[in-house]
Amino acid sequence: MKKINKKSLNGFINYGIVIAAFAVIQVLLGMGRLSNSLQSLLVPACCYIVMAVSLNLTVGILGELSLGHAGFMSLGAFSGITVSILLQNALPMASARLAVSMAVGAVAGALGGAIVGVPVLRLQGDYLAIVTLAFGQIIKNIIMVLYVGVDETGFHIAASSERFNLGSDGVAIIKGPMGAVGVTKLASFTAGFVLIMITLLVVQNLVNSRSGRAIMALRDNRIAAESVGINVTKYKLMAFVTSAALAGAAGALWGLNYSSTVASKFDFNTSILVLVFVVLGGLGSIRGSIIAAALLYVLPEMLRGLGLDDFRMLIYAIVLILVMLATNNDQLKALVGRVIPKRKKVAANG
Amino acid sequence: MKKKNLAALLMAGAMCFSLLAGCSSSGGQNSTAPSEAGTQESKPAGDNQGSDVVTIKVGGIGPTTGNNAQYGTATEWGAEIAVDEINAQNGPIRLELQYEDDTGVADTAVSAYNSLKDWGAQVIYGCTTTAPCVAVAAETFADRYFQLTPSASSPDVTANKDNAFQMCFTDPGQGTAAAEYLKSSGLGTKIGVIYNNGDAYSTGIADAFIAHAKEIGLEVVATSTYPEDTTTDYTVQLNACKDAGADLVFLPIYYTPASLILAQAKQMNYAPIFFGGDGMDGMLDMDGFDKSLAEGLLLMTPFNASGTDERTKTFVETYQAAHGILPNQFAADGYDCMYAIYEACCQIDGIDGMDHAQLCDALIALFTGGDFSVDGLTGTGMKWLTTGEISKAPVVVKVENGGYVTQ
Amino acid sequence: MSFLNNVITGVSLGSIYAIIALGYTMVYGIAKMLNFAHGDIIMVGAYMCFFAMGSFSLPPAAGVLLAVVVCTVLGIVIERLAYKPLRSAPSLAVLITAIGVSYLLQNSAQLLWGADTKTFRPLVEGSLVLVPDQLSISYVAVLSIACCVVVMIALTLFTGQTKMGKAMRACSEDKAAAQLMGIDVNATISMTFAIGSALAAVAGVLMCSAYPVLSPTTGSMPGIRAFTAAVFGGIGSVPGALLGGILLGVIETFAKAYISTALSDAVVFAVLIIVLLVKPAGLMGKYVPEKV
Repeated sequence: MKKINKKSLNGFINYGIVIAAFAVIQVLLGMGRLSNSLQSLLVPACCYIVMAVSLNLTVGILGELSLGHAGFMSLGAFSGITVSILLQNALPMASARLAVSMAVGAVAGALGGAIVGVPVLRLQGDYLAIVTLAFGQIIKNIIMVLYVGVDETGFHIAASSERFNLGSDGVAIIKGPMGAVGVTKLASFTAGFVLIMITLLVVQNLVNSRSGRAIMALRDNRIAAESVGINVTKYKLMAFVTSAALAGAAGALWGLNYSSTVASKFDFNTSILVLVFVVLGGLGSIRGSIIAAALLYVLPEMLRGLGLDDFRMLIYAIVLILVMLATNNDQLKALVGRVIPKRKKVAANG
Repeated sequence: MKKKNLAALLMAGAMCFSLLAGCSSSGGQNSTAPSEAGTQESKPAGDNQGSDVVTIKVGGIGPTTGNNAQYGTATEWGAEIAVDEINAQNGPIRLELQYEDDTGVADTAVSAYNSLKDWGAQVIYGCTTTAPCVAVAAETFADRYFQLTPSASSPDVTANKDNAFQMCFTDPGQGTAAAEYLKSSGLGTKIGVIYNNGDAYSTGIADAFIAHAKEIGLEVVATSTYPEDTTTDYTVQLNACKDAGADLVFLPIYYTPASLILAQAKQMNYAPIFFGGDGMDGMLDMDGFDKSLAEGLLLMTPFNASGTDERTKTFVETYQAAHGILPNQFAADGYDCMYAIYEACCQIDGIDGMDHAQLCDALIALFTGGDFSVDGLTGTGMKWLTTGEISKAPVVVKVENGGYVTQ
Repeated sequence: MSFLNNVITGVSLGSIYAIIALGYTMVYGIAKMLNFAHGDIIMVGAYMCFFAMGSFSLPPAAGVLLAVVVCTVLGIVIERLAYKPLRSAPSLAVLITAIGVSYLLQNSAQLLWGADTKTFRPLVEGSLVLVPDQLSISYVAVLSIACCVVVMIALTLFTGQTKMGKAMRACSEDKAAAQLMGIDVNATISMTFAIGSALAAVAGVLMCSAYPVLSPTTGSMPGIRAFTAAVFGGIGSVPGALLGGILLGVIETFAKAYISTALSDAVVFAVLIIVLLVKPAGLMGKYVPEKV
């Protein structure tokens, strides 16, 4: 304890921020001071925070651009929904069913991550980006033609509605382009909070471990890292699969927050949206991802009711560009540096 | 360097002008929107003599930006015209419409719905597209809001929810009706189907059509799909129908991809009878569309913009004056939704002081009571079943000389 | 015969992908940035031509010219305002800015021109009959293939022979060294965007001639497809973009015709992944091993 470990301190501050935010929101909820529209944003915002933190693991800490993060979310969402419906009778307790569904979602995401990761992590930079994009499209395309259901004869799965012969008493879980409908909503803000805490725990411990240092060494200089005996594939895969698993869990939470979910939700635009959160929050900065995801997800909704409806998305685009320009402006950075000289020093040392 | 900057600035200015010049044809919508909002607000205030005038707050949801913006804006504008008319009548009920954008996405739609709750909405009007509507209907069901959708046609919208009602035909209903029509009219002995397998509306109609066609003995020789409405090339799908010898192609899809299919069929000299659903309405009004391509096209639509009755004429004129384009069935369904809500509210005793849940129950009782019916642009004597489904007769029209002719 | 028909369909579709991919790859090769707004510049170009030919009844040539001029200016303005200040920023920052520009263009287009779909009047109509009643290829496809080849040759000559082109290649290799050699890096990159945007205008007009619908989101999906095509052929390689575009179109058509129309997207992207696994730098890209 003589030397305060800055990294772990940083991590504790992140937990603190999340817990404080949770507490404040709970108090506001208790007092009834939170509008309906803000309340409805809580769970999806939690999902996006987890998505952003997990993508940051791939993009910021591993240093590989991924454009298909929503694909893992999709895997998690649909497997989570399926499990929650299958367990409807076996596990009547909602919170337990939610936990199991999220765990299954995480496993599905991890499997997807491993399937994509093993062959393609050999590729670099923009080529990896396009493969993750392609993967996201493939997932979307496949789920869109998938029919899944359960009846008394068992579990049914088919690739078209004609071959999907569910018994009359059966429950259709996923109906191709209609997606999953009639889902019982299980997600809650508390579950979202717990998932964020787990995500922070996993990601921060990974980053501060031996493996995490190896992963960052790969990002900074792959050849140098390889030459000191770091197993490239192993550590790349470790980061990538962890990231995919967390995205899967977030997907399951998402899927169980709405009564219906369609595969087209998890398209290229959603992947890009999460990437925007990560980059705006700062590559490699977990705290930045959390704050950026929370603020930017809420921003377009906050622009409602200002009488600017027609210009809502236009303003969003302009804010996006201006923020990027401002945060990368050297003069502005220098100014900030003069005002808060200490920060600069810490940054230089760290 | 300075000179270059100046030059860039000048060019930017020039570009802005050219952009503005380009929009002159459709620019009307921007300039009229604020004035319209102004009249809407001032009217109730100006005419409000007695205290017995009740204002019902209607919260509308639909995509006004993104890929489906054309459908969302149509349902918004159609409803606005109805609201203006209703408020000008000085009746006992006034409507106040607040419309929120859902970009065609379910989670945004739920957020939009919640912000409408904050605004104080008493009745929900929407959503325009199916997937968001299913998600919102689950919320309105739990919160007890009456919901009427102009165009979300999947049975999932109303399934197991007593509070959700539709102004449009359901998808399976339309598919079955299409098959029945083909059987009775004797058009087409070999039928091809091309549909969007990534879209609930299209798949819903196609599945029901194919299933019913089999039952009543129609021969479906080719079934072909495409994954998204942004698909541009349909040659392969058309070839599949052509090679199978289809003399009628059923297209349960929206008009944008359909216009491409018609153009590409012409290019490959394939001229079967094309038959579409209500999503096809609007094709003739596409800016720059070559109407000869659609000659002979059959479609099922509840609305005919070239209709001669007084109400349709006024509606079309008002719509065109305000937005510069002809209204399609989305707009007409939106218009009818407002009248359905208005006429129902007029029949409710003691509506003043009702909260949204009481209003919801009263409206449900009325809509499912069997005596309530509405005349509108998309049908006369329209009634609702207890499932929330509408019962009105589908009308098949044929495109002749660039206009609709009822069959 | 149906096989040949599918080949022609695929090549026609591919030529559209290729002409978009050429602009994409050009910008990427020099500026090393994924310009996600490229698809939306295509959309603006198409709208310009649409209004020139529709509202002002100008001849097609004038429409194309107007589209090219407007897009070039637009490209330069976007580059000045949004990308140039980020020259020294991390490439991801530029990527996000490009996405912001893409949203901006789409939403501005919707506010200016409305959300309704417009039908584009093709530059040329009709088709070239190869075998009567069985095999034909549309003139638009012929025109776009010709355009692709012309543009490809012009770009190759330009980057290989002219002073400006050489400066571009130098910037692409090493910006700092190029600057030391007296090359105005900023001007060179601006020039790249100007050319890329002019190509986007041509691509927009050709795309909308081939598939005549136009809405504010028209450019986004072809943009992604063209990006895929450019990577497929080896991003940064001009002939690669042409090859990648055509192949992508043919694969997509074959997947629809012989495998499944419902799963064609999945098949296309699966083929892409397999190709990249075998040839990690794309079909014609140079694989540059990292040196220490």
